[in-house]
Amino acid sequence: MKSFILIISARVIVPVMLIFSVFLLFRGHNLPGGGFIGGLTAGAAFVLHAFAFGMESTFKALRIRPVKIIAIGLLLSFLSGVIGLVTGEGLFKGYWLDWDVSFLPKLGSPFLFDVGVYVLVMGIVMVIIFPNIQEDS
Amino acid sequence: MEYSESMILFPLVLPFLTALLCLFLVRRIFAQHFISILGSLALMVCAIFLLIEVEEQGMLVTQVAGWEAPFGITMVIDMFSAIMIAISAFVGFVVNIYSLQDIRNKRKYFGYFTYFHFLIMGVNGAFIAGDIFNLYVWFEVMLIASFVLLAIGNGKEQLIGTVKYTLLSFIASAFLLIGVGMIYGISGSLNMADIALYFQQNCNDPLITVAAMLFLLPFAIKSALFPVYFWLPASYPAPPIAVTALFSGLLTKVGVYALLRCFTLLFIHDVEYTHTILLVAAGLTMLSGVLGAASKKGMRTILSFHIISQIGYMVLGLGLFTPLAIAGAVFYIIHNILAKTNLFLITGVVEKIKGSSRLEEIGGLYKNFPLLSLLFLIAALSLAGIPPLSGFWAKFILIKAGFEVESYFVIVIAIITGLLTLFSMTKIWIYAFWGESKSVNKHDLISNESSLFRQQWRLVLPVLLMATATLFIGLYPTHLMKYASLAAEQLMDPSIYIQKVLGK
Amino acid sequence: MEFLLSILTGLLFAAGVYLLLHRDFAKLVMGIVIIGNATAIFIFVAGRIVRKSAPFLDEQGVAPDTFADPVPQALILTALVIGFGIQAFALLLFKKVYDIPDIEEVDDLKK
Repeated sequence: MKSFILIISARVIVPVMLIFSVFLLFRGHNLPGGGFIGGLTAGAAFVLHAFAFGMESTFKALRIRPVKIIAIGLLLSFLSGVIGLVTGEGLFKGYWLDWDVSFLPKLGSPFLFDVGVYVLVMGIVMVIIFPNIQEDS
Repeated sequence: MEYSESMILFPLVLPFLTALLCLFLVRRIFAQHFISILGSLALMVCAIFLLIEVEEQGMLVTQVAGWEAPFGITMVIDMFSAIMIAISAFVGFVVNIYSLQDIRNKRKYFGYFTYFHFLIMGVNGAFIAGDIFNLYVWFEVMLIASFVLLAIGNGKEQLIGTVKYTLLSFIASAFLLIGVGMIYGISGSLNMADIALYFQQNCNDPLITVAAMLFLLPFAIKSALFPVYFWLPASYPAPPIAVTALFSGLLTKVGVYALLRCFTLLFIHDVEYTHTILLVAAGLTMLSGVLGAASKKGMRTILSFHIISQIGYMVLGLGLFTPLAIAGAVFYIIHNILAKTNLFLITGVVEKIKGSSRLEEIGGLYKNFPLLSLLFLIAALSLAGIPPLSGFWAKFILIKAGFEVESYFVIVIAIITGLLTLFSMTKIWIYAFWGESKSVNKHDLISNESSLFRQQWRLVLPVLLMATATLFIGLYPTHLMKYASLAAEQLMDPSIYIQKVLGK
Repeated sequence: MEFLLSILTGLLFAAGVYLLLHRDFAKLVMGIVIIGNATAIFIFVAGRIVRKSAPFLDEQGVAPDTFADPVPQALILTALVIGFGIQAFALLLFKKVYDIPDIEEVDDLKK
């Protein structure tokens, strides 16, 4: 039995949480925030979605299994380290792009690493919580 | 940055890539098999290259992301690390072949191979790490992977074993972290070479001994040393045999590695005190482990207790603290990894044949499986230290080192432990291989040797490889001894390490 | 301040050990959490507590005269994230163990 109040509020809160998580990710380079906390927020948003609409519809909305999300996150973080290995400066050497976009943070391999952490943590939160959601009969 | 310097990171990058690919292909078992074998083969080749490189250059150092030591993360491979990486890559490869058959598909769907390679990455990371906090982080990587490998499959025994293991490991990690914080508070650095330099200059600070004890406890828990070994027989016999074999080969040895590293590089200002504690702990570990094994009746439990008593020998080498003793400890680690892993793998084959490995339920294996019995005999006698197998040389070096510093008490304990090990192995031999078949299901699940080799070749091949390696070390001990004494030379002289890392 | 935080660390360790020795699985998890936090505070104190500026270069690229040590904070952050992973694993593990019939509390684990 799904709660009507939860569904209505989830419709509003889930998008806000997702946008806020991206905001946390962007501001994380110089200020409190970052990939880990942003990923937690995003994961919490999907968990709330699953509470409100049921896990089936969350999976349908995601179109991808949480384990794959973890794998993609790991891959992104790893790629940010490989750049340094390819240029010969050492694993995880930081590289920055020159151009600035006003609403984006400074782009570069450390930011790519942070994005990877964001995706990874988002997946991990879902993997931890989804198998333990039990619906009342 | 030279070619060989970036090679240092390959023991981390290769298992990571393999694990990642296995995670992407978690639903396709055949692809996982292929990638997993390929990955561990590549790691083995890389480890051999590193060993050759280290032999030529003495020590390899790299700074991650180009931050200079002591501020950045330093990765160091000396002879000891290179030997350990090579041997763990070999064990990983062999157990990987074994897992193809031994691990059920349900566990593979759950990502068995992913965690397998993350475990190897954590182990390699601990071998390479050049600063204490990094050591802690790699320990955690290894531990979390091992928690999942222990629990994977959700058997009742497995879950109960995992609870004990998780709690003890958590407490060990907390202590290790406190030790790291303490050393940072004392010396203001995390880089091992930098800390060693600081400790040399300020060796009268009593806090250093406190920090040494805070490092001793977690590593003792992880390597199952005397007062804190009880978690090991409680958790190791439960999971599938491939997991137990991998753990017995790698996990406790990482603890011993960390002890050897820290107590030859960092905490050498008060050898009288710290290394005497290690010596006493080593003696009690040998005795209590082997006595525990004498009272048990299952092959898995007996072998688990023997892990503990063997750890005692390695720490004995560290406690004696002479170049010969350290070389003996390194030799012993390698011999023990091969022999012990092989014994567990054979236990798995016995379980496949008889459906059980409890001694009162099996028997008469020798009649139908003479070759398997021979393989068991090689590993078992090597563990007990019968010449000309590898265990004899390992024990011989340690006891010789003990005579040199005249600590006869531990020599007596070491010899008694060797005899009692022989007793346990004979017990397994008499109950399992001689006598009448008293199986619960009277008929064996596999009728004779040729069908065993045909159906289960992926289980027998690893056993053969391991036994060959044991025989090789036993017949040509000088090859390995050359590497071991080189490693001991570097370990006993911290100034080489400091000079290589800091350049002063 | 150091004095107060040291006392707090001791209290947290005491509470954590007490909870770890408890029979209840839920309290075991609480013990893990509390000991994790106690270690974090310990490292924080070990890194010296000072009132100084953040270790950043200013607009001209000049370093401030005195600045707080950033390393303990980095250590704590890493340790907390690792602790998060272990706590999550422990929580799910204890739930699975609790679901096994005839296991109600920690004492039931020994047979």
